[in-house]
Amino acid sequence: MKADVSTGHFRRARGQSPRALKPAPQAVPPFERFYEEHREEILRYLRGLLPREAAEDAWQETFLRALRAYSSLRHGRHLRAWVFTIAHRVAIDDVRKRRPQATLPEWAAEDSRPAYAELADLTRDLPPKERVAVVLRYGYDLDYDQIGEVLESSNVAARQAASSGVRRLRKEHR
Amino acid sequence: MTVSSSLDERFRDAAAAEGLLDVAYDLADTPVGTLLVAASGQGLCRISFDPEPEREIDRLAHAFGARVLRASRPLDDVRRQLDEYFDEKRTSFELAVDLSPAADFTRQVLTRLAKVPHGQLTTYGALAKAAGRPRAARAVGTVMNRNPIPIVLPCHRVVGANGDLVGYGGGLDRKRLLLSLEGALLDERT
Repeated sequence: MKADVSTGHFRRARGQSPRALKPAPQAVPPFERFYEEHREEILRYLRGLLPREAAEDAWQETFLRALRAYSSLRHGRHLRAWVFTIAHRVAIDDVRKRRPQATLPEWAAEDSRPAYAELADLTRDLPPKERVAVVLRYGYDLDYDQIGEVLESSNVAARQAASSGVRRLRKEHR
Repeated sequence: MTVSSSLDERFRDAAAAEGLLDVAYDLADTPVGTLLVAASGQGLCRISFDPEPEREIDRLAHAFGARVLRASRPLDDVRRQLDEYFDEKRTSFELAVDLSPAADFTRQVLTRLAKVPHGQLTTYGALAKAAGRPRAARAVGTVMNRNPIPIVLPCHRVVGANGDLVGYGGGLDRKRLLLSLEGALLDERT
């Protein structure tokens, strides 16, 4: 095994010979495993953003993009936020194709009623960015670093968007 | 919301058609059990008697790259030729194989092994000699035991100098079954 310490794929403990190099605990998993773990929730997410057929096309495009970029991943951390980010961008691309002025897709209501679906309904009137932040935080349990990545902004901005979304909801539902 | 099987298959087909996979794998039903078969861009790279992908895909990812996905299309030809072989309509495989992760000696031995014809037996010693290492019969045994592509690379045709079947990575029952399918074993009842 070649030791490529620079990529972070292998960690070398002090005094160990190269033979003792172990894969980092967060190595990139085989794509099949990554796909099986995330395909359902990504489809749910996109179904919240797009009509059925467009959501299914966007879902396939999301995993094809992930596959195209997969070899360049250096570790397996943050894969969930990463695939949500891709899905979000694919959805934006799709919406822009149809409505060039749009910045963020609006959330559609869901058929089933788990947390993310309740939230999709509840947050319908929020500004798009706040809505994405609230749903990803409370519906999908992404942290603010991850939501920042999805929104292509900072974790501070993500936290602000979520909390101002929540404030707005409190006011509306008082 | 579950991903429908047609949506799932559509994605798997598209991924393979775009050439995005390091390895495609699928299952194949045969008289010697369900096999896991896998192909890289270079050719067939794995046949496993253990059809449980969980254990195999990490090994494949390690050897060939992380883009490992179940996809049936790239394995169509392999499955067809295996079917023909088990239906006794085929005596040699026309499949490219990928032995790139194997060490030199292993590759030499497996390349010699590929030339042992259908229905004929050879010995570990003879194979060692053919690979240019006449004293390495034991090492050849190890190579056979770890053969990444059994059946197609016919390690079942390799037996001990005294005709003893010795062993088989997939179990001796399978070795016996493959050899009798090829007519290489005298029926022991007669």
